[in-house]
Amino acid sequence: MGTATAPAPAPATRKPATMAQALRQAMRDALAEDRDVHVMGEDVGTLGGVFRVTDGLAAEFGPERVTDTPLAEAGILGTAVGMAMYGLRPVVEMQFDAFAYPAMEQLISHVSRMRNRTRGALPMPITIRVPYGGGIGGVEHHSDSSEAYYLHTPGLHVVTPATVADAYGLLRAAIASDDPVVFLEPKRLYWGKADWSADAPETVPPLGRAVVRRAGTSATLITYGPSVPVCLEAAEAARQEGWDLEVVDLRSLMPFDDETVCASVRRTGRAIVVHESAGFCGTGAEIAARVSERCFHHLEAPVLRVAGFDIPYPPPMLERHHLPGVDRVLDAVARLQWEGN
Amino acid sequence: MARSSLASGTGKRARSAERPSSGQGRPAAARPDGTRPGHTPPPDWRPRVDPGPLLPDREPYRLLGTPAVADLDPQLLRELYGQLVRGRRYNRQATALTQQGRLAVYPSTTGQEACEVAAALALRPQDWLFPSYRDTLAVVARGVDPAEALTLLRGDWHSGYDPRATKVAPLSTPLATQLPHAVGLAHAARLRGDDTVALALVGDGGTSEGDFHEALNFAAVWKAPVVFLVQNNGFAISVPLDKQTAAPSLAHKAVGYGMPGRLVDGNDAPAVHQVLCEAVEHARAGGGPTLVEALTYRVDAHTNADDATRYRDDAEVEPWRAHDPVALLERELRERGLIDDAGIRAVEAAAEEMAARLREEMNAEPVLDPMELFDHVYAEKTSQLREQAAQLRAELDAEEE
Ligand SMILES: Cc1ncc(C[n+]2csc(CCOP(=O)(O)OP(=O)(O)O)c2C)c(N)n1
Ligand SMILES: [Mg+2]
Repeated sequence: MGTATAPAPAPATRKPATMAQALRQAMRDALAEDRDVHVMGEDVGTLGGVFRVTDGLAAEFGPERVTDTPLAEAGILGTAVGMAMYGLRPVVEMQFDAFAYPAMEQLISHVSRMRNRTRGALPMPITIRVPYGGGIGGVEHHSDSSEAYYLHTPGLHVVTPATVADAYGLLRAAIASDDPVVFLEPKRLYWGKADWSADAPETVPPLGRAVVRRAGTSATLITYGPSVPVCLEAAEAARQEGWDLEVVDLRSLMPFDDETVCASVRRTGRAIVVHESAGFCGTGAEIAARVSERCFHHLEAPVLRVAGFDIPYPPPMLERHHLPGVDRVLDAVARLQWEGN
Repeated sequence: MARSSLASGTGKRARSAERPSSGQGRPAAARPDGTRPGHTPPPDWRPRVDPGPLLPDREPYRLLGTPAVADLDPQLLRELYGQLVRGRRYNRQATALTQQGRLAVYPSTTGQEACEVAAALALRPQDWLFPSYRDTLAVVARGVDPAEALTLLRGDWHSGYDPRATKVAPLSTPLATQLPHAVGLAHAARLRGDDTVALALVGDGGTSEGDFHEALNFAAVWKAPVVFLVQNNGFAISVPLDKQTAAPSLAHKAVGYGMPGRLVDGNDAPAVHQVLCEAVEHARAGGGPTLVEALTYRVDAHTNADDATRYRDDAEVEPWRAHDPVALLERELRERGLIDDAGIRAVEAAAEEMAARLREEMNAEPVLDPMELFDHVYAEKTSQLREQAAQLRAELDAEEE
């Protein structure tokens, strides 16, 4: 896993770590470096969060820096706005994707536009961590992919890591940002391991840079978050069919890296957007439109989308039919008008 | 988690001294209070706080026309009066500006000037004011330039003043959403060790919003130095209070959160000022939040665009016109010889001057730069915004040719 430019040289102390650990380390380092950073949310203190991402932080930094709040998402984000007005940098945890909805009014009406409505006087350096997505067998209301709601709100950054190293680097960048960042954490990647160094973690380029995870020549898979491993697996499987697929991990959905995406599509001439949230009016629709507008003369086929169905998130026993998997990605690759090539 | 906390409670059931008797058959003899052993109360229960001291007064607190008013500083009374007269004039001028098309809309606080003015005067320089959309007057009384306070309502930029420099949050139109901000800011100040207090304004209708509840709850749990002032002016646009709540009073809601509730005559400027000052200093001293309900009345329609005759009779307004905040304080000042005709004329002249300056400033066409639309969305423009800015720039250039 590299950065946008060159893969960082491996430090000697690398050992297997989970994404949850890397996220925790990011908050820990941010808390240690900047006394204005505050972590707050439901169960983030004593318990360490229901996913244990904040485990140990309250013990290390005390309950005033890592705070168990009352159970009220609008209140959590609304008070974070006031804290940011006073100069603090709140890092808010929403317990689950679907439980962030009560905070939507604060997010849309204040967090996203406070800087703008005050002509820069009141920036909102708030990070809103949201565990999101399915594939963990979660019962109703525990598996939503809500990125499109956030993306349709000017003033927010929307970021989602797919690797352990990015989890650290992107979260540090999000906390350091003077703008509000919705930080979407793919639940089903929390426990995925990779070699990583907590002592010398890789930094990432500024928010808004995509990365080519796998170079290829036949077609580009444009994806992010929990669908990145799916696409990498599909790219491996596609080799047997004679396709050499490039995989672009967006990392940041807003700002959107038109440059990296379009450079890749111009090289390969074909593109598929893959995500697990609903397709209709989804991220893929925007990306397909952008790619078509910018790369039309390089395209050998229409930009396709592989997305979740336009249904409420299904029961766990049916979710594998809903989530875009390797086969569905490969079926889409096959539809990319290869005749005559 | 629920299970483990219940389980941990089982270790300290101090009060269930009697064990259930293992023998079936004969019921054990009743205790003197009629309860029988083996039937235990919930373990460890005790009231968490005594609700008594939190309860609001039975009658709205008043000072004007009572013996207590004699203790008040005459200078304060004169200052309040000057601000009320100025506030009344401001409301009239802003309403006139809507009729001339200089303002898009103005929600007037005619009849509510005592609350607006007292809220501003209860604060020290380091404190923050969190106004709702109706509270332009409180913003002005706090010291913000009268014209800058109106940019939102004239269709100019949403916030015409610098909130950080003035310590006045932007006027908040989504009802009650400013309340959690006040709590968060007050909490942050306390964490930093500053003696800053936040005072947040909300209407009676706004108390039905979830954010009102969440803000009060957070404030009480965190003991945040914040004061909530509810201006109960009888209406949320057309909807009267009895369709809004079944609570004994809005001040009573405080008790459910574990903070004191105060009920005050919202048209008695010294009373509102005193109650707010006490609450503000209580918060500053670490005593936590207070909810104040001020009983007042929205004498004008909801805004200039509203027709109040559709939902209320003039007969309802009359008793409130007789209980007018400006007239009440003027009577007190005159009765006690603290002001004479010349003094009143001087106050009115100062208000006139303010109104004239406001008219003049509002009659000048504001100059807005369309390119600024892209400047404050993010700290740095995204590539998407740079493209869109270039598009608008080209459109503007084409217009000029
Ligand atoms: C969340 C929200 N819902 C609805 C409105 C539309 N609205 C504006 S003012 C108002 C009535 C507010 O009544 P109240 O809280 O009593 O304040 P007042 O107008 O009396 O000052 C309504 C419904 C709004 N601004 N925000
Ligand atoms: Mg009202």
